Amino acid sequence: MATFKIKRYNPEIQREPYYEEFQYDPPEGTTLLDSLNEIKWTQDGTLSYRMSCRSAICGSCAVKANGHAILACQRQAEHVIKNDTVVLEPLGNMKPIKDLVVDFDPFWEKINKVTPYLKPEETKPEKERHQSQAQFSIIDDSSTCIMCGACYSDCNVLEVDDNFLGPAALAKAQRFVGDSRDKDRKARVEQLSEPGGIWDCTHCGECVERCPKPAEPFHRIKEIMTVALEEGVHNNNGARHALSFTKSIKHSGRLNENVLPVESIGFLGVKGIVNLVQDNLKMLMQGKVPTVIKDVFGLIPVGLRMLKKGKIPPIIHHSVDDVDDVKRIFKELKQ
Amino acid sequence: MKFALFTGCVSKGATRELMVSTMKTAEALGIDFVEMKSAACCGAGVVSEQSPILADALNARSLAIAEEQNLDMVTICSTCQGILKKSECKLDSDEEYKEKVNYVLKEGGHQYTGGKIKLKHFANILATPEGLEMLKSKVVRPLEGLKVAAFYGCYVLRPSEQSEYDDPDNPTGMEDIFEALGATPVYYESRVKCCGFPIVMMNKKASHDMAGNALADAIQSGADVVVTGCPLCHLSLDSYQPEIDKLKQLGYSVPILHLPQLVALALGIDSKELEIHKHIVSTPNFENKLAKLGAA
Repeated sequence: MATFKIKRYNPEIQREPYYEEFQYDPPEGTTLLDSLNEIKWTQDGTLSYRMSCRSAICGSCAVKANGHAILACQRQAEHVIKNDTVVLEPLGNMKPIKDLVVDFDPFWEKINKVTPYLKPEETKPEKERHQSQAQFSIIDDSSTCIMCGACYSDCNVLEVDDNFLGPAALAKAQRFVGDSRDKDRKARVEQLSEPGGIWDCTHCGECVERCPKPAEPFHRIKEIMTVALEEGVHNNNGARHALSFTKSIKHSGRLNENVLPVESIGFLGVKGIVNLVQDNLKMLMQGKVPTVIKDVFGLIPVGLRMLKKGKIPPIIHHSVDDVDDVKRIFKELKQ
Repeated sequence: MKFALFTGCVSKGATRELMVSTMKTAEALGIDFVEMKSAACCGAGVVSEQSPILADALNARSLAIAEEQNLDMVTICSTCQGILKKSECKLDSDEEYKEKVNYVLKEGGHQYTGGKIKLKHFANILATPEGLEMLKSKVVRPLEGLKVAAFYGCYVLRPSEQSEYDDPDNPTGMEDIFEALGATPVYYESRVKCCGFPIVMMNKKASHDMAGNALADAIQSGADVVVTGCPLCHLSLDSYQPEIDKLKQLGYSVPILHLPQLVALALGIDSKELEIHKHIVSTPNFENKLAKLGAA
């Protein structure tokens, strides 16, 4: 016999959520969703959760089991029951509506923000638009997303910042950024490079861990970053951070921590500085506080603090031994 | 025990006390770390944003250097560990890709074979049954009464199939080490979360909020000190701690140690030698406990 500790919530009756325990012995080989169904049918018909296909295709039944999002139909009950107990809660980062049902509206709003459809060239080909196997494989993984919201639920950035587009929308964005038939590649990566987009991803890997399909959003976000850098969309801290970081490894084989923050906020090469001045003058004229001023003042306190404690990285930056071989690898790969 | 030590960049830069305490810990434990002086940066998941194959080639080169020395490779940074592991898995699972990368390495005299050496974080060396026995036998100053909260760092946990921990959602390796040192581990939900460091230049508020939530959780769970296996987490949790709004509002602060610093304290090495005073945050509570242990 196992205990299913389920988070219950029905604001029409009681304002605060609470946990209710159900006893049920899942037959071997049955899914967590089967258990939920049995509990609903035989113990409490008011228990609410979403479900449909029972085959990990529709993406309806994602819930949190023991604190992490999973598809209830994709896991066997016995695999999620630990010490005879499983704790079931609604997905995170979304407002609960009733029991395990959450409000997906913000999720879909963000999917809509990334223009989740193909924008092909106006001129139509005589027959279909061809894609090679190689071209298709670029968007194959992101195409498998079933919009279950598991990644959105456990995203560490969304826990603190609603403005973040989130893993599912960004994975969907990669589906079109990477599509050889789409004409808006550059415009897409420009939009995705704005605050709340790709560069706000914190690399925590939670979305990769929770994704029930090969879509694995973090990897897709990285692919968009590569396209954004290739397309020359460099006028933001995220892109400059990547360029500065890589430049540092190219020159010395190791990261120059003194230079990285300064270049990231805009002081990256002559062209970068010219752009920085132009962009920030524009902001000033629009009556906004120039971001570079905020960024510079953001660096000062932590810099002084570390200086005082002798934690500033060595001013003379040393290269790794045999740095010529590192440089050669960059050259060989045309970087 | 002899290992090739992949130091990473930050232990040579902003957290040099990590390097100092690593070497002192190794010496006290009788571990021989051979520093990989020609290994390049792992790329921290940032170089691969520009070019995935470039990052993999640099990491294949580092792995090849350890193979040439016939030594298992140890990292002292969760990020280095995760990124190197990712490259290793990619190379090992795709023969054609490995050949392509090896072609790039060829002229430099390195070739990556794969499967010859192991790549592990220092914590994973210590958290084995043998490692824990060794620790217990070398502890001269049990850290009794010290409540220690682990902060793992994302990259050693996720993706789970590349993690050294048996249950990356609920790992116990760091806590096992704390127990072996005589300290009391504090279990709290945020110990497997993100510290926010990767986006401190892009979205400072979100970054600090992530760090603040995790630290508030640790403190409310009773931690005297938070210990991390990742110097980037250390920067986020320690260097930036004074400007984390959530902690300011709560009036909280908590010192952050690198894992080797905690281990070395129990091995009898004093706080000063481990450069714990170089950290930004210190609390009277922790100072008193160190003094009580005779480790100040």
